[in-house]
Amino acid sequence: MSNKTAGMTDMVKNPLERVFATPNHKAFIAFLTAGDPSADSTVEFILEMEKAGVDLVEVGIPFSDPTAEGPVIQEASIRALRGGMTTDGVFEIVRRVREKSSLPLVFMTYLNPVFHYGYDKFFAKCEELGVSGIIIPDLPFEEKEEVEGPAAAHGVNVISMIAPTSEDRIQAIASQAKGFIYVVSSMGVTGVRTEIKTDIASMVESIRKVTDVPCAVGFGISTPAQAAAMARVSDGAIVGSAIVKLIARDGKDAARAVGEYVTAMKEAVAAV
Amino acid sequence: MSKGRYGIHGGQYISETLMNELIRLEECYEYYKKDPEFNQELDTLLKEYAGRPSLLYYAEKMTKDLGGAKIYLKREDLNHTGSHKINNVLGQVLLAKKMGKTRVIAETGAGQHGVATATAAALLGMECEVFMGKEDTDRQALNVYRMELLGAKVHPVLTGTQTLKDAVNETMREWSCRVADTHYVLGSVMGPHPFPMIVRDFQSVISKEAKAQILEKEGRLPAAVVACVGGGSNAMGSFYNFIEDEGVELIGCEAAGKGIDTDQHAATIARGSLGIFHGMKSYFCQDEYGQIAPVYSISAGLDYPGIGPEHAYLHDIGRAKYVPVTDDEAVDAFEYLARTEGIICAIESAHAVAHVRKIAANYSPEESIIVTLSGRGDKDVAAIARYKGVKLYE
Repeated sequence: MSNKTAGMTDMVKNPLERVFATPNHKAFIAFLTAGDPSADSTVEFILEMEKAGVDLVEVGIPFSDPTAEGPVIQEASIRALRGGMTTDGVFEIVRRVREKSSLPLVFMTYLNPVFHYGYDKFFAKCEELGVSGIIIPDLPFEEKEEVEGPAAAHGVNVISMIAPTSEDRIQAIASQAKGFIYVVSSMGVTGVRTEIKTDIASMVESIRKVTDVPCAVGFGISTPAQAAAMARVSDGAIVGSAIVKLIARDGKDAARAVGEYVTAMKEAVAAV
Repeated sequence: MSKGRYGIHGGQYISETLMNELIRLEECYEYYKKDPEFNQELDTLLKEYAGRPSLLYYAEKMTKDLGGAKIYLKREDLNHTGSHKINNVLGQVLLAKKMGKTRVIAETGAGQHGVATATAAALLGMECEVFMGKEDTDRQALNVYRMELLGAKVHPVLTGTQTLKDAVNETMREWSCRVADTHYVLGSVMGPHPFPMIVRDFQSVISKEAKAQILEKEGRLPAAVVACVGGGSNAMGSFYNFIEDEGVELIGCEAAGKGIDTDQHAATIARGSLGIFHGMKSYFCQDEYGQIAPVYSISAGLDYPGIGPEHAYLHDIGRAKYVPVTDDEAVDAFEYLARTEGIICAIESAHAVAHVRKIAANYSPEESIIVTLSGRGDKDVAAIARYKGVKLYE
């Protein structure tokens, strides 16, 4: 009985904590757009990434007008929507992944698809399928009460974002952050960048003053060297566009390229 | 509730990257709106440069022909650059300059807002870049060249439906890349707070003047104020100072395109539902999963899948009424106004004229209706000719 209770407590613990739990373990987080190029492919790619050592996958629910994305993820969203992908279709993808894997997952999408699904219904589905968090780029700190209640009721962490322009806002945002903090490396939208100029170390330092919630850095990272550099000053690196580019290039045959890429990135991050 | 709410609508649903800039914009706006020097400068620009106040013209022939209320046209089409857009743009570009910005960016649909922004940027010595859907750069080619003449750089937007919505997306993306020296001159009463408030305040000069003018001419308030609505800036400007006068009907005319029972319209109130997009909670044309719908109107300026949050609120509380007007009705009204009053108005404004033709006879000759002519129609002549099957070579 007592064992079971302990087990239950672990279950209740958000799996995101597992991602960053090991001391000195840096996380590699990968993004892909659900339904690009098909539901079957997305299931296959997620399982392939798990084999390659990914720590957490951000599953993108495609939105018609992704204002925080650069061209690569915009085009992936359009491909997925043209292929008939819907929010229910994305839940079905996750259900199929869950048949084979307990890999930590979060969603990444815009507020309108979540709003339309119904906040409670959406987060109940997340809980049922073991989706531990959600990243919503058009939901800033000021508006978080929009989803906070229903998300918390179902144990889903709403991931806070901190940008190079956040400055005096860092304290307020970080002090209420849960799961992990998404540190936006660069100005602008998602997409591969040759150079990341922001002083990530000092951003993370400001965050550390108010919280020990892990910090993962995303936007613009594509090479193992960049991922390693970001992981060195934070708790992990997030890569989206570089993976989506491989999927755009190889289509349904992208599993191999995605797997090899994730392996290389994970090694670079782990070596830090 | 967060800031900038109109009932349940409005808010600031925008990326963290832009939040500090929006907060700073609001602070600067609140400061300068009380600054006598700023107001004096803006007032001078509006009077000496834009040509305000705009006329409130009694359309006697139209009145006789329709046989009911006296029809007054609020002539925003006579402003410099040919539309109401200049009211907001002079305010925002002047504000941007005070904030130390050296560059402005803007979205545009029909090109009216882009032309106005390029004009203000030229006058006030700012760099200017305008984002315009590829489809709109094609149907409004003359306005593209106009902006270039004024020194602006025009970026055709190739994503999505290649219209106003996509131009807004792209301008937001550009702004999040570069905020330090750049102000986004949003063209309508939409987007995240404080934009709906700022644009409404700068456009409210329309109803401030119209109220004084109608009281002088008629000695009483109008029975109704009618304006076209895309995002809703000329309508909000036309309504604002009449909101307190409950006896004045406020009527916004949405683009019904080929009909609200087809899938080719932009009638947000008639056919949209509550959503969160472009920084605001409001009504949008969208599908059951919250994917924003491709919309359609003959008028590039009304071809937008949302409506400003304050309009959504005025609709909710029943203070304003929103009616759909089809392409065909708008084109008829465009021709009607040209023949009857000798005024070629913008195809956007023709949506409002079309509705007045339907309702004028319901009022008595002692009553009056103010219709806002938001812009002039030179830009539309070629498109209307094509619509009518006339072969025209520019």
